[in-house]
Amino acid sequence: MTRPRINPAYGFLAPALAVIAVFFFVPVVASVLLSITDFDIYAVASLANLRFVGYGNYAHLLRDPLFWVALKNTAYFVFVAGPLSIAVSLTAAVLLSAKLVRFKAAFRTIFFLPVITTLVAVAVVWRYLYHLRFGLLNYGLSLVGIGPIDWLGDPAWAMPAIILLTVWKNFGFNMVIFIAGLQSIPDRLYEAASLDGASTLRQFWHVTLPMLAPTFAFVAIITLIGYFQLFAEPYVMTQGGPGQSTLSVALLMYQEGFRWWNMGYAAAVAFVLFAIILALTLVSLRLRAGAPVGTAEPQRGLAR
Amino acid sequence: MKRVGPAVVLHLVLAVAAGVTLLPLLWMLSASLMPAGEATAFGHRLFPSTVTFEHYRALFTRLNLARDAANSALLAAAVTLISLVLNSMAGYAFAKFRFAGRDRIFRILLAALVIPGQVAMLPLFLMLRELGCINTYWGVIIPGMASIFGIFLIRQYALSIPDSLLDAARIDGAGEFRIYWSLVLPVCKPILVTLAIFTFMGTWNDFLWPLIVLTDSDMYTLPVALANLVGEHVQDTELMMAGSVLTVLPVVIVFMALQRYYIEGIMSGGVKE
Repeated sequence: MTRPRINPAYGFLAPALAVIAVFFFVPVVASVLLSITDFDIYAVASLANLRFVGYGNYAHLLRDPLFWVALKNTAYFVFVAGPLSIAVSLTAAVLLSAKLVRFKAAFRTIFFLPVITTLVAVAVVWRYLYHLRFGLLNYGLSLVGIGPIDWLGDPAWAMPAIILLTVWKNFGFNMVIFIAGLQSIPDRLYEAASLDGASTLRQFWHVTLPMLAPTFAFVAIITLIGYFQLFAEPYVMTQGGPGQSTLSVALLMYQEGFRWWNMGYAAAVAFVLFAIILALTLVSLRLRAGAPVGTAEPQRGLAR
Repeated sequence: MKRVGPAVVLHLVLAVAAGVTLLPLLWMLSASLMPAGEATAFGHRLFPSTVTFEHYRALFTRLNLARDAANSALLAAAVTLISLVLNSMAGYAFAKFRFAGRDRIFRILLAALVIPGQVAMLPLFLMLRELGCINTYWGVIIPGMASIFGIFLIRQYALSIPDSLLDAARIDGAGEFRIYWSLVLPVCKPILVTLAIFTFMGTWNDFLWPLIVLTDSDMYTLPVALANLVGEHVQDTELMMAGSVLTVLPVVIVFMALQRYYIEGIMSGGVKE
């Protein structure tokens, strides 16, 4: 077989790779440079006002109480909403995968519906559901004798309110991935376990969970990466308040960069966010390398 | 008959969970049809006393949301079409050609999936400002024209196209672009549909980047317009619910019509949101 002189592959690749290189990789690298400058509103007007400040933004960041508040809030969100939504996803997946269940497709569609809805729109809806006096949630709670909670007005409750919305919005996504993982577990393992007299609970603990380990790693990583970027929920529902209790790192970056035009400082914030996500992803991958892998992975790629 | 007990309990649990899941969306729809003030009136009404479309009318006449809806539709369609062509070309090349550095480039692309979009946003904004793209459709379209995830999805699918099929077309004298256009694309149709849905919904639902790039209310997409509206009309619950329905409904319809492709895509490919 003869091949043309110039590999046609380059022609097919060029447009997409050019777009990704120019409008993603270049900005990522430029972001490093931006983060070591004092790029601000004056530099937006004229680049002559730009000065290099070395690691000054990063030093400032470590001393900025607002950054630590944002980091603490984001960590709170990720490490509560993450496990909670994964637990709900797994529960829903296990229930839906039970052989007894009928109308599986209908249930799956309903549980998945919040995933595809527009985040801004449902955040607006939940703002009203959370209303102190008129909200449906407090009405429901009052029926079981729980006093009204000022969900979005009380600094102690604002983040739990955002977490609840997030779990509702996202659990269907990981549920579908877990269902695929459950389907890939061979029936003969359960049959063997039954023959050995293992109860349903023991089967879940000793067959289902170990066999789902690769799925868990995948789900944990994409959830982690996604949740660290928390932005629209606090933007729409609380604007970071009350009293900065829902200020996230991404919201801080947006405010610093696009509201106050402290772009050098905002770039440093974005980079620290990236560094944390990268470090935790690598840790997850390392943990996963030690986990038992016994089944063909239902999903490939991202976790690799 | 001893199986009946657990089955009833299981279905009861699932039905309650389904009800709770649907409740916010159903309440949104119901409240959007209530006369002004009814959703926040005493007694926590679940259904409108009389169905009214006045809030939808207000959105389209007084608040000019039709323009924002058109922006959303146009941008989502443009990004979907352009990125489908670019991603499928690149995905096909990664799957079916040998060239220097192929595996290394592909690995670099996959590794870059870990980088959050926020890292690129600040310089990207400055670049697009230099290009005069701020507050234009291009400001949204340009960064969306190609995606690593899209290339990955197509590549995984195109790997299964037999080389003999492509070589036969080459022997028949078909040009490389012809082969891609009239042989590869039709074979890849299922994954193209899946990717098209992902891209359309992703662009429609996107918030942060349009919020940054589109500065004029005539250019807003629906999510940006809605977030803006809630600032001025927070008291108008029914109006805000109508705006939310308007924003959510198109993606719900697309999902309902094509959910088979959507859910299978997540199950087979692994998805980045």
